[in-house]
Amino acid sequence: MQVKEYKPLIVAFCCNWCSYAGADLAGNNRLNYPADVKIIRVPCSCRVNPMFVLRAFQRGADGVILCGCHPGDCHYTSGNYYTRRRMALLFSMLDYLGIEKERTRVEWVSAAEGAKFAATMNDFAEKVAALGENKRLEDLRCKR
Amino acid sequence: MQKITRDQLIEKAASLLANGTVSCVLGWQKGEFDYDITPAVFETEDELKANFVWNDFCGANFSKYLVSKTKKCEGKILVFLKPCDTYSFNQLLTEHRFDREKVYAVGIPCEGMADIAKVKAIAGDGISAIDCSGEKLAVTTIYEDAPVMIDAKDVLAERCVNCKSKKHVAYDELIGEDGDVIDSARFDEVAKIEAMTPDERFAFWQNELSRCIRCNACRDICPACTCEKCVFGNPNSSLENKSPANSFEEKMFHIIRAFHVAGRCTDCGECSRVCPQHIPLHLLNRKFIKDIDSFYGEYQAGAEVGSRAPLVNYTTDDLEPGEVFERGDN
Ligand code: SF4
Ligand code: SF4
Ligand code: FES
Repeated sequence: MQVKEYKPLIVAFCCNWCSYAGADLAGNNRLNYPADVKIIRVPCSCRVNPMFVLRAFQRGADGVILCGCHPGDCHYTSGNYYTRRRMALLFSMLDYLGIEKERTRVEWVSAAEGAKFAATMNDFAEKVAALGENKRLEDLRCKR
Repeated sequence: MQKITRDQLIEKAASLLANGTVSCVLGWQKGEFDYDITPAVFETEDELKANFVWNDFCGANFSKYLVSKTKKCEGKILVFLKPCDTYSFNQLLTEHRFDREKVYAVGIPCEGMADIAKVKAIAGDGISAIDCSGEKLAVTTIYEDAPVMIDAKDVLAERCVNCKSKKHVAYDELIGEDGDVIDSARFDEVAKIEAMTPDERFAFWQNELSRCIRCNACRDICPACTCEKCVFGNPNSSLENKSPANSFEEKMFHIIRAFHVAGRCTDCGECSRVCPQHIPLHLLNRKFIKDIDSFYGEYQAGAEVGSRAPLVNYTTDDLEPGEVFERGDN
């Protein structure tokens, strides 16, 4: 029997104005990052409700990363400041429930930072791969 | 035993009804048993005399009831508020959930409420009557003739053991004396869990949360949870009731329930009180309160009307989510 190589599934919420453009730039520059990173475009990082993050895990993601404009650069002025507070509390709560803290991350990536985008995704994918499959947050009903 | 008496409260309510200040009274009445006191609306003095109850089981916080009752009641409604209830009252006012003009709030002192689970642990099951009028609780069961005498201090509800304030932060009138804010040990239990290893924490919460039957009582009672439509009530979401498998779903419900009230939760303790499965929900709420206090400065929801909750506020040099784990306290 052939053992399937384990590759983590990563969901990346990227804000339309900075990080999504950053991902685009990474592509244009032919920078490599894992194909298992699934990007979901959101109008602003603060569009991401904590439920989105949990739902991603429930449906089989092994890691969830949120990318937005650098603090101060949000195209809606202050969206990412709210994101920052929300995610700080959410991540702390996940940790309190005994869920590996390496599975979640927030990173600020501007439209000019294609290289940072690729490097961030590579690093994050590596850390998540080291943790292995997401067991603690999975929902058996959503198993494929 | 409570310091103020039932008669004092009935007298107050009756006089306010008689002089037309209020047209109805939100109070407690006996449920199926002496210990399951339920909220009720009274309109006449006779009703009050017949059914009004005030004793060590009047834990129910009336603030949330004002949201619907102020719309239904013609004229003003009289509400009795214990110190912790006044925080919820202010929080709801901050969120414009009811019309302050339609409420006449009477602050009443509280000596702490009893937890029926603790009473049962001492007196056993089959409780037929509880008399709270003496120094001690006299608990009669169907098995014994003589009542079991219990010191109220031994059966205090968790939230009352760790009472955060005996001070009323909102009222039109006060009966009895006002107390002070208390520097309680309410975060000790949270700190204990934080000190565990991740595996222990996961096991702890798995054990607690997997007991949840998703009755939604914790959501329904919460004075901070007043949305008329809820994601957990949506039949198309696959989230509206308990999954038949042991899965992440309960944890998601609990994280979101606590998160939704983070920064607005006054730590009134109603959620833990009503949970039929005795899940320590306050440990989730208090984790958020503790984090907010340490990340963004101390904040007590409901302490004043109009204050800006920490999650709808920010400073430009807030902590980064990644830094949460670099701090020693996590
Ligand atoms: S979450 Fe619980 S303690 Fe907090 S306001 Fe709601 S019922 Fe009260
Ligand atoms: S009250 Fe208790 S059992 Fe009911 S949904 Fe809340 S935690 Fe679950
Ligand atoms: S628009 Fe990019 S974070 Fe708000």
